[in-house]
Order: sequence, then structure tokens, then C-alpha cells
Amino acid sequence: MVYLLIGLAGALGAMLRYMVGITLWTDSIFPFATLTVNLLGSFLLAWLTTALFKRISISPMLASAIGTGFVGSFTTFSTLSVETVEMMTNGHAILAILYVAISIIGGMFMSRIGFKVSREGEGI
Amino acid sequence: MTLFNLVLVGIGGFAGAIARFTVSKSLNNSSTTMPIGTLAVNILGSFLLGLITGMQANEAIILLVGTGFLGAFTTFSTFKLEVIQIHFKQYKKALITYILLTYGVGIVMSFIGYVVGRLF
Repeated sequence: MVYLLIGLAGALGAMLRYMVGITLWTDSIFPFATLTVNLLGSFLLAWLTTALFKRISISPMLASAIGTGFVGSFTTFSTLSVETVEMMTNGHAILAILYVAISIIGGMFMSRIGFKVSREGEGI
Repeated sequence: MTLFNLVLVGIGGFAGAIARFTVSKSLNNSSTTMPIGTLAVNILGSFLLGLITGMQANEAIILLVGTGFLGAFTTFSTFKLEVIQIHFKQYKKALITYILLTYGVGIVMSFIGYVVGRLF
């Protein structure tokens, strides 16, 4: 059952990522769409894991479906790797380095903010 | 966007999420500080996406296997969550190793996949 839920949530996450990719910044050589879903997802997963799932009584199965399934599939690492390689091989080395740097630092920052927001809400 | 394209991505995402969950569950070991499962899916997925990109597979394959399956099989959010958790535990060495391995090996494997894919 948990596999089915994770699969369904994963399908939703992947479709949403695809829709963002074909809607936003489609003519840019810099992968803004992937960066956006990845940073947004990092915030969301940290926030959900620490705040929502602990505060409201949600079954571990549903929490796995939303966290691992939906948010996990909404964000992606393979696309980030390939986009970096493509920018490198197309002569945009600076952009590629910038992309990786923003992903490393920005991702950690967004995840950190997710924790922070959830902790500040604990007193409520 | 056609509905067919969206369905292809959805089917791939369904299988990719289950595959990641299965691999992570069997490899992520709480006795080690390094989440080997997430590291494995991200490196393997990067190689395979590089491969099908290099092969210049047709659009339907790219959407089903690339955007759908491999996009969902690999993950950025879980990786970052684990990074922050390792950071909180103050395992500095493990933190830097995990980040370097994921990005370094992931991108290099993606490049190797791309080069191999071009041969086909």
C-alpha cells in the first residue's frame, strides 16, 4: 500500500516538475526551472518533516507519500547533473559553476529556512 | 503540452519514486552517517540520464525515462534534508564528503554517460 501511495504521489510530483519546466523560463540557457523546483522542494521537505508531520497526526504512510513520493519526485538531481554537463560542453563554464554553487549553497539555505520556520511555529 | 506527454512523465515518475524508495530503504543505514541510498540513486540516475541524453533518444523516451523515471528516481530535496541533518549533528567531515561525492561523482558520471551515449 505504501508503495502505491509513494508511486501516485511521485507521479504528481514529476508531472508538476514537468509543467514548471515547460512553462517558466523556457528560452533561457540557464536552468532556472530546475533551480526553482529544487530550492522550493528543499524548503518544503525540511518544513514538512519537522513541522507539519510532527504537529498534526498524519500516518507515517501518508507522510512518506508526501515527503518521499511527492516532494522527492518534484525535485531532481539527474537533471541538474546533465544541465551542468550541457552548459560545460556548450562553452558556458561560468554559468555551470554558478549553477552548481547556487544549488549547493541555496539548497542548504532553503532547507535550513524550512527547519527554522517550523521551529518558530512550535510555540503556537 | 499534450496530455500524452504529461501521462508519460507521470508513469515514469510513478515507477521512479517507488524505485528510489526501495533502494533508499535497503541502503540507507542508520549506523552510518552517510546516506548511501540517496547517494547511489543520485549518481546512478545522473549516469543514466547522461546516457539517454547523449543517445539523443526520441521525445517519448526522454519524457518517460528521463523526465519521469530518472527525474523522480533522483532527488534534490532529500539530499539537502540529509545534508542539514548531518550539519546539525556536526559531522563536518561527513558533511563535506557527502556534498563533494554527490555533486562531483554525479556530474562526472553524467558526463561519462553522455559520452558513452554519443557512441550509439
